[in-house]
Amino acid sequence: MRYIDEFRESEYANGIIDKIHSISKKNVKLMEVCGTHTVAIFKSGIRELLPKTIKLISGPGCPVCVTPMADIDKAIVIARQKDVIFTTFGDMMRVPGSLGTLQKQKADEGLDIRIVYSPLDALKIARDNKDKKVAFFSAGFETTTPTIAATVFQAYMDSLKNFFILPVNKTVPPAIKALLDTPELGLNGFICPGHVSVLIGSNVYKFIAEKYKRPAVISGFEPVDILLSIYMLIKQIEEKDAKVEIEYKRAVTPEGNKKAMGIMRDVFEPCDADWRGIGVIPESGLKLAKKYKGFDAVEHFGINIPAVEDKTSCNCGDILRGLKEPPECKLFGKACTPENPVGPCMVSTEGSCAAYYRFAGKDN
Amino acid sequence: MDRILLAHGSGGKLSHELIEKYFLPYFRNPFLELLNDQAVFDIHSRVAFTTDSYVVDPVFFPGGNIGDLAINGTVNDLAMGGAKPLYLSAGFILEEGFPIKELEDILSSMKDAADSAGVIVVTGDTKVVNKGKADKIFINTSGIGVIEKPINISAHNLKVGDKIIISGPIGEHGIAVMAKREGLEFEKEIRSDTAPLNSLVSDMLSASCDIHALRDPTRGGLATILKEFAISSNVGIVIYEDKIPVKDEVRGACEILGLDPLFVANEGRLAASASPDAAEAILKAMRRNKYGKDAEIIGEVVSEHKGVVILKTLIGGKRIIDMLMGEQLPRIC
Ligand code: SF4
Repeated sequence: MRYIDEFRESEYANGIIDKIHSISKKNVKLMEVCGTHTVAIFKSGIRELLPKTIKLISGPGCPVCVTPMADIDKAIVIARQKDVIFTTFGDMMRVPGSLGTLQKQKADEGLDIRIVYSPLDALKIARDNKDKKVAFFSAGFETTTPTIAATVFQAYMDSLKNFFILPVNKTVPPAIKALLDTPELGLNGFICPGHVSVLIGSNVYKFIAEKYKRPAVISGFEPVDILLSIYMLIKQIEEKDAKVEIEYKRAVTPEGNKKAMGIMRDVFEPCDADWRGIGVIPESGLKLAKKYKGFDAVEHFGINIPAVEDKTSCNCGDILRGLKEPPECKLFGKACTPENPVGPCMVSTEGSCAAYYRFAGKDN
Repeated sequence: MDRILLAHGSGGKLSHELIEKYFLPYFRNPFLELLNDQAVFDIHSRVAFTTDSYVVDPVFFPGGNIGDLAINGTVNDLAMGGAKPLYLSAGFILEEGFPIKELEDILSSMKDAADSAGVIVVTGDTKVVNKGKADKIFINTSGIGVIEKPINISAHNLKVGDKIIISGPIGEHGIAVMAKREGLEFEKEIRSDTAPLNSLVSDMLSASCDIHALRDPTRGGLATILKEFAISSNVGIVIYEDKIPVKDEVRGACEILGLDPLFVANEGRLAASASPDAAEAILKAMRRNKYGKDAEIIGEVVSEHKGVVILKTLIGGKRIIDMLMGEQLPRIC
């Protein structure tokens, strides 16, 4: 069976690739917003199968990559507080802030920092350790945030007094808007993230087509999904059309998952947020709503850390906006490797620099 | 329930009882029976010698346990040099409180594994440590084998034009262990592929001695050993995604766990690099052996891109295959 499926898949893919070649005339820049797409594109070698007219650019869609230094510093300072167990997703351990990384602090100072796979694990640790204060590094886009919201809600219902979060969650549509407001990027169309869109739906992207007159296609993560999405974008561009289409129909609806969004909006409310390398994007972050303020680790521990300037010559900011390709960074593959990352794009497995390094090679 | 006590490792009465009552019945053979501090035997041949320690967590997993893993692993390390495995040693570090019933289950599967590989355990050792100082049970096995054929099998020996062969579907051991540890259940149970590969290697060598390199893709998976091959022999390797056998359930589990089957550990598979003229005959011989029935030629050795492994993807693109990077998944062997 497998072989038949795979044969079909490669036949089908080749058919789409041929079609893209035959209709693509204009030089265009398409951005895949999401890190999972970046990885899939590199893993399947899509870039080199496309005509020279199409340039794929990796966007800021990896929550780890866009977490600014100051937030990492806050995490470290919270982890240093007395009787604190600090919990985090694994990738965050190695992102450098100005005080170093969580991983290094754990080793050097013996801080109790634990990797969890879900915020619910952190909640469990809090329940099991009533004499400690458990803080969770709450990072993520709309895919992870509803689960975190549900966890905070649970803690609220249980009147748990020793559970806190450090919220650095961000939302995708405002980031796309900020990219569109930067004309020098010259983006002609967007491949929008499938799993985020399962939650938020496709309607929220309407502004891309209506206000900015650019096409957007919400794509699944298989190579053929991405190829088909590219085809749909090119077709729109060549036909001078601009609308939001869903390629990932098997999972995405125009409205999204209202229940999950409902709990997210109950627990969090929008705020301005600093995106690493990009700067502050209005209304692109999430903070705890008033009712849940008691769970805010920054307030509880009275942490006050101003924004810090990144003094390394990391080019993540330019890379996240598609102004540069990873090999154009002087540090790429030399001072900065996945084993020894200088910038966050090299830390996260979904970061552009890491994907480039792993799948296209450091000398490419 | 009977449990291991510190006194079982004291060298006194309880130690003797443990050996006489539990270890000897499973491993009985003329060498071990003497209960000397060493086994004495003659060997008149080129000898291969290897050692490995096993600390897998969990100790029992679908398709096997730490016991058969410890026998098969060392048998395979010998076989990968083209050696015929003969004698093994087994050293046990037991945590105080470990259930004796579980120890017996482990010993029994060690016996079965040794029997099917045709090796005997000729010397051994047992230590018991305080609770918390080890995790249940650790096993070290060493092994000696003889090399009878005029062969030169080494990761440094790949030749341009060689075909790369894999003996069966990849990723089953790593996924079986991880699924058990994470408490994940899949529709179809994924079982470890742990198996002794010496009979397979012997069949391959009977078909042709033109095998240039052999290795079992354990930690780091197929990707890592191919990269080692490419670097050690200073050649390029191209493999084809559509040729690499991966069971659907493993592929599905990998997607859920965010893993790439190319990097997941195997304990009963081997990858070979063989000269192009011999490759078909070797493949045929492999497919006749139960441990190689799903063998496939998955790629070839090229003179370009030295030291680099390239995968041709399903849709016709290509990508680089590097070694496993970052955090090693905890203790899978
Ligand atoms: S290669 Fe490293 S330093 Fe350069 S942009 Fe990427 S992450 Fe930053």
